[in-house]
Amino acid sequence: MNLSLRWLKEFVDIGNIAPRDFSEAMTMSGSKVEMFEAEGGQVENILVGRVLDIQKHPDADKLVVCQVNVGDKNVQIVTAATNLKVGDYVPVCMDKSKLYDGTPIKKGKLRGVVSEGMFCSVAELGLTTHDFPYAIQDGIFVLQDDPDLTPVSGMDIKEAVGLTDTKVEFEITSNRPDCFSVIGLAREAAATFDKPLKLHTPEVKMTGRSSKGMIEVKVHEPELCPMYSARIVDNVRVKPSPLWLRERLRAMGVRPINNIVDITNYVMLEYGQPMHAFDLRFIKGGKINVRLANDGEEITTLDGIERKLSTKNLVIADAEKPVAIAGVMGGEYSGIMDDTTTIVFESANFMGSSVRLTAKEHGMRTDSSARYEKGLDPNSCLPALDRACELVQLLDAGDVLDGVIMDDNSDSEPVRIKFNPDWINHFLNTTLTADEMKAILEKIECKIDGEDIVVPTFRPDLQHKADIAEEIARFYGYNVIPSTSIKGGAQGKYSTRQKFDMTITDTLIACGVSEIMTYSFISPKYYNKVMMPEDHALRNSVVISNPLGEDTSIMRTTALPSMLETLARNYNNRNEYAYLFEIAKEYIPTTPDKLPVEKNVLTAGFYGEGVDFFKVKGIAEQVLSRAGVKNFDIKADSAQFGYHPGRCAVLTINDEPLGVIGEIHPKVRENYDIGTRVYCFSLNVDTMFEFAELEKHYSPLPKYPAVTRDLAVICSDDIPVLELEKAITEGAGKYLESVKLFDVYKGKPILPGMKSVAFSLVLRSAEGTLTDEQATSAVNKALKSLKNLGAELRS
Amino acid sequence: MKAKLEEIRARAKEELSKANAVEVIEELRVKYAGKKGELTAILKQMGKLSPEERPVIGQLANEVRAFIENAVETKKAELAEAKLNRQLEEEKIDVTLPSDMSPLGHKHPLSVVLDEIKEIFVGMGFEIVEGPEVEYDYYNFEALNIPKDHPARDTQDTFYITDNIVLRTQTSPVQVRVMEKKKPPIRIISPGRVFRSDAVDATHSPLFHQIEGLVVDKDITFADLKGTLETFIKRLYGDDSVVRFRPHHFPFTEPSAEVDVQCFSCKGKGCRVCKNEGWIEILGCGMVHPKVLENCGIDPEEYSGFALGLGLERVAMRRYGVDDMRLFYENDTRFLSQF
Repeated sequence: MNLSLRWLKEFVDIGNIAPRDFSEAMTMSGSKVEMFEAEGGQVENILVGRVLDIQKHPDADKLVVCQVNVGDKNVQIVTAATNLKVGDYVPVCMDKSKLYDGTPIKKGKLRGVVSEGMFCSVAELGLTTHDFPYAIQDGIFVLQDDPDLTPVSGMDIKEAVGLTDTKVEFEITSNRPDCFSVIGLAREAAATFDKPLKLHTPEVKMTGRSSKGMIEVKVHEPELCPMYSARIVDNVRVKPSPLWLRERLRAMGVRPINNIVDITNYVMLEYGQPMHAFDLRFIKGGKINVRLANDGEEITTLDGIERKLSTKNLVIADAEKPVAIAGVMGGEYSGIMDDTTTIVFESANFMGSSVRLTAKEHGMRTDSSARYEKGLDPNSCLPALDRACELVQLLDAGDVLDGVIMDDNSDSEPVRIKFNPDWINHFLNTTLTADEMKAILEKIECKIDGEDIVVPTFRPDLQHKADIAEEIARFYGYNVIPSTSIKGGAQGKYSTRQKFDMTITDTLIACGVSEIMTYSFISPKYYNKVMMPEDHALRNSVVISNPLGEDTSIMRTTALPSMLETLARNYNNRNEYAYLFEIAKEYIPTTPDKLPVEKNVLTAGFYGEGVDFFKVKGIAEQVLSRAGVKNFDIKADSAQFGYHPGRCAVLTINDEPLGVIGEIHPKVRENYDIGTRVYCFSLNVDTMFEFAELEKHYSPLPKYPAVTRDLAVICSDDIPVLELEKAITEGAGKYLESVKLFDVYKGKPILPGMKSVAFSLVLRSAEGTLTDEQATSAVNKALKSLKNLGAELRS
Repeated sequence: MKAKLEEIRARAKEELSKANAVEVIEELRVKYAGKKGELTAILKQMGKLSPEERPVIGQLANEVRAFIENAVETKKAELAEAKLNRQLEEEKIDVTLPSDMSPLGHKHPLSVVLDEIKEIFVGMGFEIVEGPEVEYDYYNFEALNIPKDHPARDTQDTFYITDNIVLRTQTSPVQVRVMEKKKPPIRIISPGRVFRSDAVDATHSPLFHQIEGLVVDKDITFADLKGTLETFIKRLYGDDSVVRFRPHHFPFTEPSAEVDVQCFSCKGKGCRVCKNEGWIEILGCGMVHPKVLENCGIDPEEYSGFALGLGLERVAMRRYGVDDMRLFYENDTRFLSQF
C-alpha cells in the first residue's frame, strides 16, 4: 500500500517530520514501512524557463536556438523540439543538472552553437501524460498548457509541477483492512504521534432533482452483500481531473484516467471502500439485482475477457444479465465512455471470503477485490458514497441527484470486549493504570462504556482481550516492555531416538560420508529411471494435487532416485569421488483420507576410486554396529530394483526388512549418465531403532593369551562365506573369540564349482590359558559343524 | 711385560681408530680382549712374575682391558650413530608435497546451523519434537485459527494432497499435536521440513526448513517471550546483538511480533545487506492466541504461552554468506566440503 505523505497530512498534523523518522515510528507501532521515496527521483537543478526568442540554427535545419529566461538570468538552449513558441514556460535542465533517472546534463555545443542545457519532456521528469494530460508524450513539456499550472521563471521544476510529495510504501497485514486507506493510516499515525485525527464529513448539496424511481436495488444474498448503496449522477461531464487530485493519485501509484474514474479511485484510496460507476444506459430494466450467477452465465469483464460464471460467484445484474462481478470487476459496458451521460455510483459491502474465492477462481485479483477479501466495514459505504458525490460537485463532473438507493442488511452492532486492565498488565508484564490504557484505546477510537470496550466497526480484528492487549502493547511500545526469563525449571534434552539418529550421522561422517538434503517430492518418471517394476507396490505414491511441475509432483516412496540424481550431478561436475548420505523420509500411502506412513530411511551413495561393494558394505556395518544393531542377516538378492543382480544383498533382522546394499545396475547408471560404478545402501532407521541394543556394557579386557588356529575348507562355490562363518561360530563354542576370513581360492587344484576358504580363528578363555587340547577340541567342533554344511577340511 | 701391555694398548687404539665396520671392531675385541686374545695370553704368563710385580702388572692389565672394551663400545656407538645419520639423510622427503588425505565426512551446512540452534534451546530447557510432514489441514491451519476461507491461506501457497491433507506449510502443527496430548508446562521446539508452492530461485524453494518454538504454562507473559528470544538471539549472533520487537500479525498469536536484529554490517545505518533498513528480520513470534489454546484443549484462562518461528535457510545463508538457496539442495561436494 502506497501512501502520499501530503495526503496523510490533511488528516493528521505530523509537521515536517523526516520521512525516515516517520517510517521508523510507524513501523514500531505496527504499520511496517517497506520503503519511502521522494517524488521526482534524482531530478536536480531543473528550472522553469520562459522562451524569449527562437532562431534557426545557422548550420542545422532541424535545430533551433532559444533564449530562455530562468528568473535572474537568460540562457541559450539549442533544441530539436518543434512544439515550442515564444512565451512558453518549459522545464530547463541547467548545466550540471540531473534527469529523473540520474542522467547528467551538461553545457555543450550543438553543431557549433553553445547550449547551456536542455529542455525536457514529462517522461524525463519521471511522469506520464496520464499525470499531465495536456502534455505531449515525446515533446517538450509546455507547462502553461495545463490549466492548473501557473509557472514562474526560475522556479524549481519540482515545486512548479507539484513533484514534492513523498511516497511511503506500507506492508499491511491481512488483519488490518482498515489500513488499506489514507484515513486508516492517518488514524494509526495520529495514535503513533499522539496528534488529533482530523476527519472530514462529506456533504452533498441538494439539487432538488430526485433519483427516486430511476433504479431499484434488490440484494438477494444478504449474507454475501450486507449493504448495497448507490447514488445517481446526471449530465456527467467527463474531463481530466484537476492537478491536486492527479497528484494524489500519482503519489499513491494510481494512474489518473478521467474525473469520474479518478473519483472512484480517490475515494477507494481515502476511505478504503471500493467504488464502482455504472453507465445507467446499460442497466436494463432499471434494476440492480445482487445475486449469485446462474450456472453457465457469462460476462465480458472490463479487461475484455469473456468469463463463464458459476453459482458461487456473486454478481451485480440488471433485469437480464450480470453487469459486474461483485467486488472484483465490472462488465465491459459498465465503464465510463465518452458519451456517458448518467452514472450510478455503487458503494457496497461484500463478504470477504466470497470475493476472495471468486477473484481466485477467475484469476483476477484487483485493487477492489484485494480490499474486500480482508473484510470491510459496512458502515463505510455511505460516507464513501457521499464523499464521491461531494467530489463530483467539487470537480463539477456532473449533477448529483438527491437520495440514496440502498438495501441494508448489515448488523451494525459493535463488538464489546470486557475491559480488564489487571489481566492485560499481567499478560504483558506491565504496570499501566486503567486510565493510561483507556487513553491508548481512545486514540484508536475504542470507547470505554462501563466495564466494556466498544470496538469501532472498522476494526474487525479486535475480538478478544488478547487483541486489546496487543493494541496497548504496540502503542505503549513493545521495546519498553521488560524482558524476563521464564519462571520454573525445565529439563531440556534430546530424546533417545534423537540421540540414536545423531550417532548414525556421526558414524557416517567419521567414515568419510557427507550429509546431503534433497527434495521430498519427485517425478513419477524417476521410478522408471531406477527400473522399478510397473506393478511394484512402491509405485503407489502420495500425489500432490497442485504441484509446481511434474518433477516435484509425488512424494517419494524411495529416496534412491534423489541420491542417484545427486551422485550424477557431482559426477557431471567432475568431482573425483562422492560419498553421500541422507536421513530423510519416504512416504508410504495408506488410505486416501489418512496420512501416509513416514519412514525414516538412511540412504547412502558412493562412487570414486577405491570404492567397491565391500567398502560400502563395511560402512553400512560400521553404522549398524555403532548403532547397536546386532544379529541382522545378510543374503544375496538378485531381485532388488535398481541394483546389480549379482552384487546386491538384503539385510533383515528378526525376518523384518532392514535394508539393501549393492552396486547400482549398469542400466540405471546409464539412465543417470554416470560413467563409473556406483554403490548404494539404504537402511530403515525406524527398524534399526526397534532392534538396537542401546545400553553398552563393559567386557573385561582378556587376562590370558589367545590361541590362533587357521583352517582352510573346501566346499561348493554356492555356499556363502557368511554361512561358513556362522557354522564355525556355532560349532567352536564358548572359546571362540573371533573368526576372520583371510582367503578365498578357486581354480586348480580345486575342482570346478568348488572353492577353498581359509579362516583364522582366535580362541581364548576367560578362566586361564587354553591348553592345546581345548583349542583342538574347539577347532574340531567347528570342522564338524562345517562338514554338516558340506565343507571339508582341505588336506 | 709392562711394555708389552702398553704396546697392546697402543696397537689396539690405533687399529680401532681405523676400523669402520661393526664386524671389524668385534674382531679386534676378540683379538685383544677375547678369551684367546693377546691380553689373556699375557695374563697367562703372570705366574712367572714376582709377587711384587704381580699386582702392579695385574692392575695394568685390567686397565688395558677396560680401555679396550671401552674403546670398542665407543667406536661401536660412533659407527651406529653415523649409520643412523646416513639413513636419516637418505630418508629425507619434500614435506611440501601434497598430503594424502582420507575422505572426510561433512555435515550439511543446514544441519550444522540447526544443531547449534537446537543446542541453544535445549540449554534453555526446551525439548525437540518432530511430527508428520504430510499433515491434516486441521493441524496445519484450522487448529491454528486459520479457517478454510481465511485470507492468510493465500500468503502460504499450499500443496494439497486432498481437501483435508496438505504438505505442512509450517511446523506449528507439531505444536498443536503436542498441546493436544500433553498438559502444560510445555517447552518445545519443532524443527523440520516445510513446503510451499514457491518456484525455485535464489531465495525461494518449495521445500525449506523451519524451527518453531512453543512455551505454555501458568503466568507466561509477553516479557517472558521477549527475554527468551533476546537470549536466543544473543547466543546465536553474539552478546553484542541489538534486538528489537516490532508489532506484526499472525493468525495464531496475539500480540504478535517480528524480531529484528540490528544489521551486523552497518550497525543500523542502512546498507546493501539490510536493504537500507538498518535491521534484519530474524523471526516471528507472539503470545499464543487464546483460540488456539482452546482448540487444543488448554484453558486460556488458566494458561498462557508464546510461540516463535524462524527459517533455517535464511539463518544459514547469513551465517555463511551463501547467496543462493539452491546450493543447499544441489549437494555438490565442493559446496558441502566447505562446512
